[in-house]
Amino acid sequence: MATDLKDDVAVKDDVSIGDYAYGFNDPTDKYVFTSRKGLDKEIVGQISEMKGEPAWMRQFRLDALDIFFSKPMPSWGGDMSELNFQDIFYYVKASASQEKSWDDVPEDIRKTYDRLGIPEAEKKYLSGVKAQYESEVVYGSLQEDLAKQGVLFTDTDSALRDHPDLFREYFGSVIPSADNKFAALNSAVWSGGSFIYIPKGVKIDFPLQAYFRINSQNMGQFERTLIIVDEGASVHYVEGCTAPTYSSNSLHSAVVEIIVKRNARCRYTTIQNWSNNVYNLVTKRAMAYGDSLMEWVDGNLGSKLTMKYPAIYLMEPGARGETLSIAFAGKGQHQDAGAKMVHCAPDTYSRIISKSISRAGGRASYRGLAKVVNGATGCKSNVVCDALILDPQSRSDTYPYIEIDEDNVTIEHEASVSKIGEEQLFYLMSRGMSEAEASSMIVTGFIEPLVKELPMEYAVEMNKLIELQMEGSVG
Amino acid sequence: MASVLKIENLCVSVGGKPILKGVDLEVRQGEVHALMGPNGSGKSTLAYALMGHPKYEVTDGKVSIDGVDILALEADGRARLGLFLAFQYPVTIPGVKVADFLRHAVSNVRNPNRKEGEGLIPMAAFRKELKQRMTELNMDLEFARRYLNDGFSGGEKKRMEILQLAMLRPKFAILDETDSGLDSDAVRFVSESLARLTGPDMGVIIITHHERLLEFNRPSQTHVILAGRIVENGDASLAQELHDHGYANVRARHPDAAEEEARAAEEAKGKLEATGAK
Repeated sequence: MATDLKDDVAVKDDVSIGDYAYGFNDPTDKYVFTSRKGLDKEIVGQISEMKGEPAWMRQFRLDALDIFFSKPMPSWGGDMSELNFQDIFYYVKASASQEKSWDDVPEDIRKTYDRLGIPEAEKKYLSGVKAQYESEVVYGSLQEDLAKQGVLFTDTDSALRDHPDLFREYFGSVIPSADNKFAALNSAVWSGGSFIYIPKGVKIDFPLQAYFRINSQNMGQFERTLIIVDEGASVHYVEGCTAPTYSSNSLHSAVVEIIVKRNARCRYTTIQNWSNNVYNLVTKRAMAYGDSLMEWVDGNLGSKLTMKYPAIYLMEPGARGETLSIAFAGKGQHQDAGAKMVHCAPDTYSRIISKSISRAGGRASYRGLAKVVNGATGCKSNVVCDALILDPQSRSDTYPYIEIDEDNVTIEHEASVSKIGEEQLFYLMSRGMSEAEASSMIVTGFIEPLVKELPMEYAVEMNKLIELQMEGSVG
Repeated sequence: MASVLKIENLCVSVGGKPILKGVDLEVRQGEVHALMGPNGSGKSTLAYALMGHPKYEVTDGKVSIDGVDILALEADGRARLGLFLAFQYPVTIPGVKVADFLRHAVSNVRNPNRKEGEGLIPMAAFRKELKQRMTELNMDLEFARRYLNDGFSGGEKKRMEILQLAMLRPKFAILDETDSGLDSDAVRFVSESLARLTGPDMGVIIITHHERLLEFNRPSQTHVILAGRIVENGDASLAQELHDHGYANVRARHPDAAEEEARAAEEAKGKLEATGAK
């Protein structure tokens, strides 16, 4: 079957699958390579061979696979009983090579990105783009002046080939394979992802964006991202992700490692909008050095189950970490999200703000850690999590963990849970708002403190996604 | 032709308990009605029931605007027909800016057939109008950027209700004790502002204990509600009498209603004691 998208009408027609606007899919018959289903040494070896990797990486993968098999499934978090690791395609290559012009990207794939609005955004407000489709990056760009200043923005496979020393110095240094079962899985079968190096003192005004798209059924996507922000440099990296809606499950399990050196600044914004058949099990961690600032802005709207707790290790005095997290759990969704802040040095500061919304039987959990090691005096940590529950079928939980091995610190934790108020609805409706519009306005207001932190284009997108999530929420 | 808000034999229960027991009232555009009565007589219940609060159950009677039955409509439908309630306790909506809220509200009320997600009134014209109204009401323009009623003082909340009234220009406005809990300067402000906003196109029901609001907004009719029924109708002088002498004379003139009121108060007290609330 071929999906013909010759005109806008056709596009509009099949974009709307239920409440989820990105559930369409492309044909897969022209793919360059698809591994067989399942996970074993042969598959891992095949991935390494396809990529023409050095021996050390092949060994790294095989070692990680052993670790993956040796670790039990987590006994906490969400329900993963329907996740079958042998029923997944671990490596799928849709096109022969990564292109520098959208015109050279295979037509079906290019049209998908058109529909997702990526080339348009690239023209308007981005410094660079990476588009990953299935297992490989199919398109990449970086503004010329940034390249001249020594900025590297490439896919992670190319980095291993083209910048082997830098790669090997940092790869796996923040999140070792043995960190957890899913970090081990990613380490064994990783493919694609972004590799970014910002040289000393270089400040990038407009965001670099990566867009991750799963297209086929039972797909596993395992990108590996490594970002190094050198002293005094600054970058804002944004990732978006979507997938077609299928009745069978897909798996997305990324590892993201970030190093923020002295006086540097890194903001990493995620707008996760996977379809409701995707398990999203991601490990993200940053190391922040002296007087640097690391910020995670983490928006989780899609997926069947998300388990993701972006972490910041504050390694030297003056380092600051901040996580702003929004989770929206609708029908059949469980968002188990949060943040970790580990104060490893004196006079480090962290702040976690988490807002979750659950509706139509969805479940949103905040799970977070604030940790201060012995000797890290004068640290400050502030955690605020607010949950909004829209109907009696939905659920919200808070699991805050605090581990303090030092007396001279300031730790604050506040949590609130509210139900959408009848009085609020009535007040807005008495001013002419329909019930749906009133609910939507209350929800938009609830997350406003976070959305206003986003660049305008992303704030607009976030509000649009929330509205889509809210559609059909009444009557 | 002037629009008419017509209330006939309205009976309303809250939590299964009858509060209004047959209220009749007719208000035309351009008229100012004062609705007075002691605490617990059913004034606020009438206000909420007219606006369509889901907790207030209409058990009998009719309410119409120009013959259109409004009881079949939810609050938003009533607002779009031109009904407005200034709340005694305005509700806080965190994260929603006053200007955004008002633009949605004005769009819906002026285009009653607007569906969610459809276009809003043009930004430039809206801003200009909002600025003008705020200036007339002597309000700091910074208000437009604040979150709706979030962190507002009592006086600021009431001003916000008046601003909404000014922007929505309803056919019928009910002011539920808009003057309560305010200092005398604020009461004066609200009273003067209301006087400027009303005119031949607005019918107003002012619910109040005080006379100040009525000094600036002289009622053409005054209604006294006792134990869920309107027991007396008069003109501005009735409001003056109630202010000067309280409700003792009214109770004396309507012993049955007074007794009912006393009984209801006893019951409510008994309930509180039984639940250990006091």
